[in-house]
Amino acid sequence: MEKIYASQTDACKLVRVKQETISFLMQYSRSLHVLGYQGFQFESNLN
Amino acid sequence: MELQIDDSALVRDYISGDERSLEILINRHNQRITSFIYSKVLDRDITEDIFQDTFIKVIKTLKKGNYSEEGKFLPWVMRIAHNLIIDHFRKNKRMPKFEGGEDFNIFSVIGDDRPNIEKQLIKDQIDSDLGLLIDELPDDQREVLIMRIYKDMSFKEISECTGVSINTALGRMRYALINLRKIIQKNKIVLTN
Repeated sequence: MEKIYASQTDACKLVRVKQETISFLMQYSRSLHVLGYQGFQFESNLN
Repeated sequence: MELQIDDSALVRDYISGDERSLEILINRHNQRITSFIYSKVLDRDITEDIFQDTFIKVIKTLKKGNYSEEGKFLPWVMRIAHNLIIDHFRKNKRMPKFEGGEDFNIFSVIGDDRPNIEKQLIKDQIDSDLGLLIDELPDDQREVLIMRIYKDMSFKEISECTGVSINTALGRMRYALINLRKIIQKNKIVLTN
């Protein structure tokens, strides 16, 4: 039955991203600064 | 009972500079967003990439102050992920990627037919050895063989160049090859690539 109704049973799998990806995002967030000047916004990454 | 802070409060805190709020948001919605992406792309690595790109957009939008509180946080993030999934498939359509499976390897169909460095070294060695063997041949035979093999001249051109008939040139070439084989057998030389 499974084969009839769902050709890709894998599609319903519950997955989570790796801790490294979350760590990267947190580091990216900490390093990103947005500066506004005369109506313009400038992004800077300070590691 | 653990008190759960609203997404909207966490977003406000993050915009105010509390980085920890973002971590809570990511961990809270990690499974839902990742499973959603995975259900579309069915590849763990691509899922990680799209998840990462999604939150990079989220971070930039929040830090730039462009996030409006009208919608809820999760549906907004899901919409970003959805758009990035569409971008991914569009990109793949423009540049189709081919990957071999367990039973098929793309390199069995396409390949570089040039010899590798080891084979090239062996070939150079054989050419060098062959040159020494050719030097052992009588002058008239060596002359015809060099003209034919190395200079790629026709027997007509060889006959004109050496002043002998075509048949004589052919005969000298034949004897040159016979004598080469004899030298090789006599000295038990192995010339293989």
